Amino acid sequence: MMDALIRSLIDGLLLGFVYGIAAMGLTLIWGVMNVINLSHGSLIALGMFSVYYLFVGLGIHPYIALVLTAVLGLIFGIIIYFIAVHRVINAPELSTLLATYSVNMMILGIGTAIFTTTPRNIPLDLGSIQFGDTVITMTRLIAAIISVGVAVGLFLFLKYTRPGRYIRAVTDNRDAAEIVGVPSAQVLALTFGLGTLLAAVSGGLIATFFPFTILSGETYELKSFVIGVLGGLGNPVGSLFGGLILGLIEGLVPMAMPTTWTPVLEFVLFVLILLVAPNGLFGGEE
Amino acid sequence: MSKKFFQHTSLWLSLGTVLVIGLWPIVTHNALNRETAFTVLSAVALASSLNILLGYTGYVSFGHVVFFGFGGYVGFYTINVLGWNIWMAMLAGGIAAALLAYLLGVAILRLRGAYFALATIGINEAVRAFINNFAPFGGPTGMTLNFKVYKAYGGAMHALQLVFYIMVGLTLIVTILSYWVRTSKFGLGLLAIREDEDAAEVMGVITPSAKNWAFVLSAIIPGMVGAIFFFKNGTIEPGLAFPLRTSIEMIVMIMLGGQGTVLGPILGAAGYQAMRDYLLVSPLFKNLQLAISGILLLLIVLFIPRGLVGWLRQRYPKVRRWLI
Repeated sequence: MMDALIRSLIDGLLLGFVYGIAAMGLTLIWGVMNVINLSHGSLIALGMFSVYYLFVGLGIHPYIALVLTAVLGLIFGIIIYFIAVHRVINAPELSTLLATYSVNMMILGIGTAIFTTTPRNIPLDLGSIQFGDTVITMTRLIAAIISVGVAVGLFLFLKYTRPGRYIRAVTDNRDAAEIVGVPSAQVLALTFGLGTLLAAVSGGLIATFFPFTILSGETYELKSFVIGVLGGLGNPVGSLFGGLILGLIEGLVPMAMPTTWTPVLEFVLFVLILLVAPNGLFGGEE
Repeated sequence: MSKKFFQHTSLWLSLGTVLVIGLWPIVTHNALNRETAFTVLSAVALASSLNILLGYTGYVSFGHVVFFGFGGYVGFYTINVLGWNIWMAMLAGGIAAALLAYLLGVAILRLRGAYFALATIGINEAVRAFINNFAPFGGPTGMTLNFKVYKAYGGAMHALQLVFYIMVGLTLIVTILSYWVRTSKFGLGLLAIREDEDAAEVMGVITPSAKNWAFVLSAIIPGMVGAIFFFKNGTIEPGLAFPLRTSIEMIVMIMLGGQGTVLGPILGAAGYQAMRDYLLVSPLFKNLQLAISGILLLLIVLFIPRGLVGWLRQRYPKVRRWLI
């Protein structure tokens, strides 16, 4: 019993880090430009397919493919921003919700036509390591480590580089930032690109241990919403902790009741937190 | 008489459009047309209902399909387990959806903008996940009607015919409801909330109760539509009852026709369904139907955010007097 508990706890925590960076992409975009990116899920799915084809098609090792996927994600996100979001960035939220959802529809429509909906998986087996009685799958452990690395990288980028400072300035007050010469359109595009990058990387990592289709993204998008709200929308660092909480829930709930109750708890928690603490469990934006 | 008549042009136009769609299969005596018209009318009813909340009040419900699914489940349960007839089941579905909306509204209508939209998505998913686990409603496999149920209506053929007439009736009712809300004092309060909620409150609109009633009104008909839809369908399961995509398609229809107008959602729903049917049967576009709908949506959002009727109103100021 205790073993099973520890094991599912560890599994949950490791997954939580990966979910955390998916949510970080969503919440970064929300925090900087007040846009809820409804194409997030399909971008996660594209990340999965990118790693899959680079590995299965071109024989590039998945973790190197992940770097390429990150670059592709960044570029793709910037393109999406200029085509779909830029024109409605100041419109009421309905416009940006629908604009990003239209991107979602296009990706899913074209993706279903190209990739079909047959489940794929990346044949990558790195074995597992054992601590006492606990077995940890290597792919999950590495995914968690990479996720933490990405999160730290994002934090350093936002804190110490010039574009990072621009992003924080636009988050605080876009008009004031423009007055002092911050090129806000480019900054917003970069932010959308970073959000997409995070989605694609998390998708690529998930693909190394779970089977997927082009439609799998929706589940992770919904998880990202829950995590984003747990950690505070607009608070990228909070997302990592939100991810851990979600991972814990997913690890612990199956011990007490059937697994199918997990989403009920998650979404009830989601709505409750929106109601009582819309800035997340850790307070508002930094 | 004529002045009075023209005063309500928009209502006549809207009712006329619904009637044309409803009479088309009856005149052509074609069962296939009837199926098409049923889909179009249910889209019209759902879009017009959501428009009361989204178009008039300015609250974007992304999970509105929850009322369709919940009403459908309650209606189905009353027919399947309690043995009620379709009329009572429809009533039960509508009341259940209205009650759910009332309770939810008290809690989540305090949220504004994107937070409200997110909460509605969360609620739809929570209800779907809950019903997935709820044994009386059949859990993940759902419920299936015994074929004998249709005997009471003179066989499945007659039942389908009856369900179609009910659908026409419901759509006419929702059109009148939508027109009444748009032109009543209550509706003016809602429009004021849409423009500036704080200002509306200062001007004496009792915003919490107005918003809550708008939410309830926008939920009743979807609950009833759900009940008759699944009665016709013969089977119900969580995946069919709570598809997030249908929720968003309702919004697309409203945007297409023009949010906040009476005629807009009707034209938008009919146009969207017609386009979808065309794309689905065309061999060239069958696989890309979703992508093409996406492109269409993006073009509307970027370039004609007011939709067809809104654009007409803006372009030709003279029509504003009678086209709403």
